Amino acid sequence: MSALLSARGLTMQFLGLVAVKDVDVDVTAGSVHGIIGPNGAGKTTLFNLVSGLMRPTSGTLTLEGRDITALPPYSRTRLGLARTFQNIRMFTDMTVLENVMTGMHTRLTTPGWMALLRLPGFRAEERAGKAYADELLELVGLADKADVRSGSLAYGEQRRLEIARALAARPRLLLLDEPAAGMNPAETRDLAALLRKLGHRDVTLLLVEHDMGFVMDLCDRITVLNFGSKIAEGDPREIRNDPAVIEAYLGSKIAERLARTLA
Amino acid sequence: MLSQQIVNGLVLGSTYALFSLGFTLIFGVLRVINLTYGFYFSVGAFVALYLARSMEASIWVALPTGALVAGLVAVVVDSVLLTRIRRTKAGELASLMVTLGAVLALYALMAVTIGTEIQRFPFGFVDNTAWEFGGVRISLVQVLIVGTALALVAVLFLLLQRTRLGLMIRALAENEDAARLMGINVDATVMAVSFLSGFLGGAAGVLIGLNFNAIQPFMGEAMMLRGFAVIIIGGLGDIRGALVAGVLLGVLEVLTAGYISSTAKEAVAFSILVLTLWFRPVGLFGRAQAKKA
Amino acid sequence: MTNMAEWLDNFLFTYETLIHALGVNGLLALSIYCVMALGQLSLGQAAFQGIGAYTGALLTLKLGVPFWLVLPLSALVPALVALIIGGPTLRLSGVYLAIATIALGEVLRILYVNAESITGGALGLSGIPRKADLFLVYGLLVVCVVGFWTIGRSKIGRAMEAMREDEVAAGVMGVNLPLYKLGALVASAMLAGLAGSLAAHSNNFIGPNEYGFEHAVTILSFALLGGIGTPLAPVIGAMVLTALPEVLRPLQDFRLVINGLIIVVAVLFLPRGIIPFRLRRTS
Repeated sequence: MSALLSARGLTMQFLGLVAVKDVDVDVTAGSVHGIIGPNGAGKTTLFNLVSGLMRPTSGTLTLEGRDITALPPYSRTRLGLARTFQNIRMFTDMTVLENVMTGMHTRLTTPGWMALLRLPGFRAEERAGKAYADELLELVGLADKADVRSGSLAYGEQRRLEIARALAARPRLLLLDEPAAGMNPAETRDLAALLRKLGHRDVTLLLVEHDMGFVMDLCDRITVLNFGSKIAEGDPREIRNDPAVIEAYLGSKIAERLARTLA
Repeated sequence: MLSQQIVNGLVLGSTYALFSLGFTLIFGVLRVINLTYGFYFSVGAFVALYLARSMEASIWVALPTGALVAGLVAVVVDSVLLTRIRRTKAGELASLMVTLGAVLALYALMAVTIGTEIQRFPFGFVDNTAWEFGGVRISLVQVLIVGTALALVAVLFLLLQRTRLGLMIRALAENEDAARLMGINVDATVMAVSFLSGFLGGAAGVLIGLNFNAIQPFMGEAMMLRGFAVIIIGGLGDIRGALVAGVLLGVLEVLTAGYISSTAKEAVAFSILVLTLWFRPVGLFGRAQAKKA
Repeated sequence: MTNMAEWLDNFLFTYETLIHALGVNGLLALSIYCVMALGQLSLGQAAFQGIGAYTGALLTLKLGVPFWLVLPLSALVPALVALIIGGPTLRLSGVYLAIATIALGEVLRILYVNAESITGGALGLSGIPRKADLFLVYGLLVVCVVGFWTIGRSKIGRAMEAMREDEVAAGVMGVNLPLYKLGALVASAMLAGLAGSLAAHSNNFIGPNEYGFEHAVTILSFALLGGIGTPLAPVIGAMVLTALPEVLRPLQDFRLVINGLIIVVAVLFLPRGIIPFRLRRTS
């Protein structure tokens, strides 16, 4: 049970505000790990720190034992970390297939000059890449839209495309930033089913999400943040009953009343 | 003599600072690199020239009028070019390109209409008086330049810090969407900023045209390189920065011309610009922009 | 048949300068395409062209270097300059690169005018032998267009388009942003330098005022008019804008005005240029 990703003392301080305060998290390989907390708890900031879009004020991050604290995002992707975005950053002018192939960037290794001359080695790799992309599109249910301009997809489809694109990098750890945002119950169910399938593919998931049902259902382990600090951590059952968590979400008055009625 | 050089440098520097003020104002508030700014500079100078020639106006009339007209032209041109860009939030590069194209067209149009020969203010436009202080000669023109520059900086500062309009401008600079939500009339504020920026540019045009006694349509373009250098060295969007960097550059240029060579003077602005970009790209007073996801 | 051949001969003779210019400007269009395809705005093409032109002319005139060596060197020197100025500005937002490249052009002009003994000062260099014939220019142009086409349909092309659309997301995909930006700038400098040297060796004369701000803006308008959907688009834009003054001869004075207006109209109303096609990014 090794930690795939480890954060120690992670702190992010902006001019007047400490968004993330001394957070320790361990994400176990092969698990589905959720990060929850009320609005403004620092979840997205934590995500940005892990994916490399922000540099922490202090603290360290290790991926498979390797210190990645100072690495830019593209280096982290090379090492097996991929992410999706809360507000879906699609390459809208490119087709669905091209988006997925872009995600594959770090796994295509034939040198540029071979591409220039269109040598057989290059063409073979592109073919293999396309085959894998087709497989991923099949997995997320977008195989029939491969040549459609991605900007014209429906919202739910774009979300699924983002996941396929992130998977194309063959990540060890996939970061999902509010994957269920803006989805109706049916879509959310389908998304959960899809994410469960990913477990078979040896991908560890770390997700930020507001939808409680979704998180409790899917995650093996949950970390709760409030005002930038970690206030609780455990499996879904533990978290559901944790008084600190209840207080953070519902306020102390309601938490007390609940405690009294449940006692 | 050194003190004379320094005085000359301060004068030159004041003109640079004045020129850069409007430029950096518009960037700081609207996040737009407005290259048409150089055109307003030329407009101010030519309006003043016209008044001086045909109506024998004195500088006390020509300067404010030139600046005023430049400000009005700025409002018109900016709203035509930039409203669309700002609405689509197309970014800084798009505004750079649009204003680049526009300024080129405008300069060329002016050149075709007015002609490219260098023109001068009529003799006696400003009194030839000068004073001597311990071997240093200071002319009325020079006092006027530094005085006006300081006065305008002070007025601008007071405007921004003490008036309601200033408050609205600063709010807009911080966060446009929030300002809009607060009920601030963003379009009107933008027009006010355009006007101010054009006004400052026009004033600078008259004063610089006076300082060098050379006015031609492309004069704004020649200043732009110095303008870039000043606003980057001072920090994009920072008024104090424009002032400090402008004066600094002026003094350094005059000293270089005096003690090294005239040709080396041309390289001063660029060298400091390159050094700034290399070592401290945000400039003296600039704030680093954190990249957001 | 002979009539056709004669006619073609006459045509080529009368319009040779123009046809030459079309080819050279095509290369310059590709040079700015390089950086714009990534979403960067470098306005240094004219400056790099100048460096290439002066390098080439000086190598031929003063050192008697054979032409087959002069050309690659004319591409190499601008590339080195690009490495020097590109490096630090990479970390900054695109605006800084644009400003740095504008400044570069202006300063080089001052340099050319003042280094009289080497560069001939304000009078420039003349008497450059004609070594660049039409075949060479167009041959190179075709090779470059094809090169960009094939590269475009690979992971490099996808990475470039991704960067143009959303640089942050492209980085997260694993695209080595600094490497691509610098690579594009260097490639752009090489192409511009090449174009400069070719022009120098066919126009017989070069001067310090040909590579300044106005010229940089003209090159920009090639890409803005034609668009950057495919490598061919800016080349077509270049050809249209180069041929246009010939067609609009009476409006000679207004050339700059028109160029400026084209940029304004293109950015405001035709964000994709006049050529609507987009290069497919998969083989």
